[in-house]
Amino acid sequence: MALLRFGADAMPSAIESSEGYWASVWRRLRRDKVAMIAGAVVLALILMAVFAPYIVPADPFSGRMLRRLRPIGTEGYPLGSDELGRDMLSRLIYGARMSLLMGVTPVIIAFGLGSTLGIVAGYLGGWFNTIAMRTIDIFYAFPSVLLAVALSGALGAGLTNALVSLSVVFIPPIARVAESVTTQVRNRDYVEAARASGAPGFTIVRVHVLGNVLGPIFVYATSLISVSMILASGLSFLGLGVRPPEPEWGLMLNTLRTAIYTQPWVAALPGAMIFITSISFNLLSDGLRSAMDVKQ
Amino acid sequence: MSEPLVQVRGLTVSFMGGPSPIRAVNGVDLELRAGETYALLGESGSGKSVTLRALMRLNPEKKTRVEGSIRVDGQDVMALNRKQLQQFRGKTLSMVFQEPALALDPVYTLGQQIAEAVAIHEGVSHAEGRKRALELFERVRIPSPERRLDAYPHEMSGGMRQRAMIALALSCRPQVLLADEPTTALDATVQIQILLLLRELQRELGLAVIFVTHDIGVAVEVADRIAVMYAGRIVETGAVRDIIRNPSHPYTIGLLRSRAHGALQKGARLETIPGSPPDLANLPAGCPFAPRCRYAIDQCQTVTPEPVAVRDGQIVRCLRVGELEAV
Repeated sequence: MALLRFGADAMPSAIESSEGYWASVWRRLRRDKVAMIAGAVVLALILMAVFAPYIVPADPFSGRMLRRLRPIGTEGYPLGSDELGRDMLSRLIYGARMSLLMGVTPVIIAFGLGSTLGIVAGYLGGWFNTIAMRTIDIFYAFPSVLLAVALSGALGAGLTNALVSLSVVFIPPIARVAESVTTQVRNRDYVEAARASGAPGFTIVRVHVLGNVLGPIFVYATSLISVSMILASGLSFLGLGVRPPEPEWGLMLNTLRTAIYTQPWVAALPGAMIFITSISFNLLSDGLRSAMDVKQ
Repeated sequence: MSEPLVQVRGLTVSFMGGPSPIRAVNGVDLELRAGETYALLGESGSGKSVTLRALMRLNPEKKTRVEGSIRVDGQDVMALNRKQLQQFRGKTLSMVFQEPALALDPVYTLGQQIAEAVAIHEGVSHAEGRKRALELFERVRIPSPERRLDAYPHEMSGGMRQRAMIALALSCRPQVLLADEPTTALDATVQIQILLLLRELQRELGLAVIFVTHDIGVAVEVADRIAVMYAGRIVETGAVRDIIRNPSHPYTIGLLRSRAHGALQKGARLETIPGSPPDLANLPAGCPFAPRCRYAIDQCQTVTPEPVAVRDGQIVRCLRVGELEAV
């Protein structure tokens, strides 16, 4: 059809992509090799954590005092053994459970609370915004590690307390991001257009603000997972998080540090796991960010 | 004759918050009957968009002081409570925005956005709303409408988006359509198509349309009556042909002369209106146009001109209106 019809804009009538938003995000993400590899690693780690009891070659809790600190590749100990003669491979696999829990849970909690706070503050503006955001700024005055340690220390050692303190640490940055995105979206024409067509305030927040704001906040939150894992490892390292003999990468790093001169490779393994996991989460969230950023 | 559909009396809008209030609209009267198209013409900052937003009470409530009376379809708009206002917006009065790329939500398909508006206003299901959206897409002549319902705003061209925006504005069968420079963001060939569409819809549906524009050509194309705004006042209003043939306010005369109409001689300079519009935060006494007016006399600096009818339906705010007829 080379004929220009008057009254209809000249534009190709074939749009191939009538797919949903998330379908198009997925399509773009699939083309991103780095993100796909990172995603595969994350998936593998999750599967490893879920099926830990079925795939471990040995009991991660029972040690043999005669076979302490074996090097990598020793028979029966593919990745060596730790300072109590426990199988490192099994402990690393089991450790994924705790470490992922400590990495993901605080971020989910903080995502829920922080984005609610930020969106409400950003949408309402005025005095509520001032009070909420200035209070959050107070939390910013402390370095996140120090804040997590201080809170956990004050609450007492233990898994729940560590999770709570990490959640508190992540609420301010997420709320800050949520508030700034919401403030931008609130002044967009389509929000005014929604008001002009008589949409109630709650509907505007639910449909137009949330729809446009959750994506960026979500991407930011995924990048916090690795930070959370590292902080959690730090807490365990200080004895504030998970307690022995529970395998957790940070804690393992701590207990193995005395072996750094005798078995440096074995001692470095938990650190390597933390590194691999956090970099995978980071790369995945980077890929997600660019896959979701299509408009404008 | 019956009561007009839209009746505005002595509307003033000031924005507070600055060191001194910005008086964006200073006493606007306008009347609009069903099936009539009214163009508000003026340059940037003349108060035309603010007037339009005041009709829907869209200006931020805390920072704005609105005075005067606005009646639409027998309802006192200033007295509506929040619930009534939500019913009123979209159903009685609805609006087409200047930049459809910004006024459509990027994360929802067009069908979803229209269906949502219909579902909220009329309490029907989303499927029902989608049916209405399809009808509207056909009505605004979007090709292959069924498929376009599932398109996102960024997948459409500018003209197509504006058609979708118009469909959205019409989704709840409003009586009055407010159009805030609906063609400014479009290129010239698409502009005329949108204007023709708006005129056609207006005739078919018997809509009353208030059209804000700074393009006198557009105003002439669509409107039955034109109101020329300057510094928050309507300085001249009348039927299109009267305004074009016998402009009576010096500002209107200047605007008409400053067009590049017909064959402009090569090298000939376009006539302009010297100076720039007054600062709305501190308006001068007297006629606000006086400092730029080539016909201004001393009295213009001190006396604010009252509206004077020069002929049937043509009203002008100028002290020298009688004298200038001859010019």
